[in-house]
Amino acid sequence: MDMKFKIFRFDPEVDSRPRYQEYDVSAEPGERILDCLNRIRWEQDGTLSYRMSCGHGVCGSDGMRINGVCALACQKLVKDYSGGEVLVEPLPFFRVVKDLVVDMEEFLEGIRRLHPYLLSTGDIPEKERFQSPEDRKKVDDVIRCILCACCTGACPVMLENRDYIGPAALVWAYRFIFDSRDGGFEERLKGVDFPDGAWACVNHFECTRVCPKSIPVTRSINTIKRAIEKVFPRRPD
Amino acid sequence: MSFKHDVVIVGAGLAGLRAALELAGSLNVAVISKVYPTRSHSGAAQGGIAAALGNEEPDSWEWHMYDTVKGGDYLTDQDVAEVLARDAPRAVFELEHMGVPFNRTPEGKIAQRAFGGHTREFGKAAVKRACYAADRSGRVMMDTLYFEAVRRGIKIFPEFQMLDIVMADGQVAGLVVYELATGEIHLFHSRMVLLATGGFGKIYKTTSNAFASTGDGVSAACRLGIPLEDMEFVQFHPTGIYGLGVLISEAARGEGGVLRNSNGERFMERYAPAIKDLAPRDMVSRAIATEIREGRGIGGRDYVHLDLTHLGEKKLAERLSDISSFVRIYLGIDPVRELIPIQPTCHYMMGGIPVSVEGRVLWPSGESVPGLYAAGECSCLSLHGANRLGCNSLLDLVVFGRIAGRRMAADLEDLSWVDPPRDAEHRARERIERLMEGAGSEKTAHVRSAMQETMTALCSVFRTEQTLARAAVKIRELKDRYSRVRIDNRGSRFNMELLDALELEGLLDLAEAVVVSASGRKESRGAHFREDYPERDDENCLKHTLVHTAGEVLELSYKPVTITRFEPKPRTY
Repeated sequence: MDMKFKIFRFDPEVDSRPRYQEYDVSAEPGERILDCLNRIRWEQDGTLSYRMSCGHGVCGSDGMRINGVCALACQKLVKDYSGGEVLVEPLPFFRVVKDLVVDMEEFLEGIRRLHPYLLSTGDIPEKERFQSPEDRKKVDDVIRCILCACCTGACPVMLENRDYIGPAALVWAYRFIFDSRDGGFEERLKGVDFPDGAWACVNHFECTRVCPKSIPVTRSINTIKRAIEKVFPRRPD
Repeated sequence: MSFKHDVVIVGAGLAGLRAALELAGSLNVAVISKVYPTRSHSGAAQGGIAAALGNEEPDSWEWHMYDTVKGGDYLTDQDVAEVLARDAPRAVFELEHMGVPFNRTPEGKIAQRAFGGHTREFGKAAVKRACYAADRSGRVMMDTLYFEAVRRGIKIFPEFQMLDIVMADGQVAGLVVYELATGEIHLFHSRMVLLATGGFGKIYKTTSNAFASTGDGVSAACRLGIPLEDMEFVQFHPTGIYGLGVLISEAARGEGGVLRNSNGERFMERYAPAIKDLAPRDMVSRAIATEIREGRGIGGRDYVHLDLTHLGEKKLAERLSDISSFVRIYLGIDPVRELIPIQPTCHYMMGGIPVSVEGRVLWPSGESVPGLYAAGECSCLSLHGANRLGCNSLLDLVVFGRIAGRRMAADLEDLSWVDPPRDAEHRARERIERLMEGAGSEKTAHVRSAMQETMTALCSVFRTEQTLARAAVKIRELKDRYSRVRIDNRGSRFNMELLDALELEGLLDLAEAVVVSASGRKESRGAHFREDYPERDDENCLKHTLVHTAGEVLELSYKPVTITRFEPKPRTY
């Protein structure tokens, strides 16, 4: 297939403002969008920058906006873009470092701030802690998160409120709130019980739609909200 | 800029981070990584981590040790395999305590499943030894160790690419490092360096490895004149997605999946009557290649089928959901109802930088290189011998990453600070200048794909004197072409074209080391199959290969295998 790529280009060191550059690429229908980007970079224009590593949706490096939808370039195939025109842009809301490479520090820091590790529940046994399969199942969906930031990039709330901790951070909050081995249940709920925390989500479901790992992100956020309401009942006004 | 740390760890995968956790607190440790945190290739491991917990059925560490030795076709150093098998349960419990969300048995213990080459009672039947978190075991371990490192305040420099190891007075003095975001070259002054840079599957065309798996630590060690060990042993994983090479975990067969040829026959019954589809990877990959050669590939083509249709939707969703989604995305196939086209894909390097059981990098004399350590896939312990068993890799990383970290903490007192030579960065700067300003017109991508085609065609599952000789000539030609590579991008921010070109120099060295080592081994053992020498030859070849640069050429030497409990026997399954 003959494809036309229009790619966001910006080198803050040299360019005063971003521009879009067009490239013609010939590709097989089953090839990844990442293969096309590689072909452009390897054959046509060595100055193009983007992140990639595993190439099959596990490492989370190549989140970007493709025809307006946040996705992993290694998970989208040429045949998904039958019009033959592909617009590639960096993840929205993130500071562009160069072309499709964005600054992920603030995103990751938002998750690091949630203490994303098990808080002790006292004595640790010599062997494994017991956990029932039912309890383990509660985190089965959220442990698929690969920190690609597609959800946060796609969230309409982020457009108006950059202080929102974002859907990915809430997925990580969920992962520990509902891990039966964790000792920080109430503290963790408190940690996301504020206007720019879980309550900022108003159920647009964009995060769920774009998640490359099919995590029910919005549903998870709503589960957190219900747990907050149950544990800390609001007094009637 | 220059940095000063007691220890610099190169690589933020599981081996590097596990070692870092051992050193944090008492020493000033820095971890540098060519990729962003959690993107390291350890995260792509799917199936699980082996340990004789006996949670599902009786098991013992002796059986695990035996399987590791036999799986390695008796080239495994048995003292190392013993350390691994004995320490495995502790290592898995430690991961559980840190928070790894393992699947569970009905009574709440860590769940276990069958995996290739893991048996009970010294080979009688398959045993459930693989502890797993669905089919994303590596990724959840990666996340857990990364956030544990964050909790412990370990300093990580993301997207910092190591270029050279700096030595002074025969001792490590630090590293020369390229910062991708700025294009700056930094000197990291340190007393100790741990290489944990992973494998180099990117010397092949079809591989399950990440783009970042370019063996930078192994080639940097090679440039110092350190010999590389057992480089001919390259693991081809039997089940890569046809054409793409993306891994379909052995867990698919551990859960009951079977391989079928064009006649629909479960052909592994002929090759390994006792454990069939759960034979070690080298045997299954060879069986697939043989079926294809004899015309029983699907439609006469170069692939066979993996059949998961009898496992049912529930099992696929609960235990094999990632691979099910790979198959849906990349092949447009529903594994619940359809057969999956697969072919062997380059997966793992058994060889690498020779190290002691405690991670010290070794000269051929057996003396260690002061201040230099290695762990994980870039190292050769030799734990995996001629063929690694599935689930022994994640285990290797956390067991020997920890041991190396402990050794380093203990060794620090004996190592003084040495000043790096004044021109430490000279070679790196010169390389970059030549790539940017040189007179040549070769492109990195062309030389790289020619190398990958060459290795895949001539130094793959089957090898002969002729194919290896042709490969050697070809790689030499490509090295010559590489000297004329010139890049167009002279920018300083995220210059991936430069990074590609820098990586390729090392990849070519490693490809040559594999070919030369393979030519020297005139027998068939584990993953190294010589059609002109189809038998294992314990009398002449039960020894580790060492390959090192001597001026313009590579020279081979050998060292003995450590045999403690298990005398070599014919390897049948």
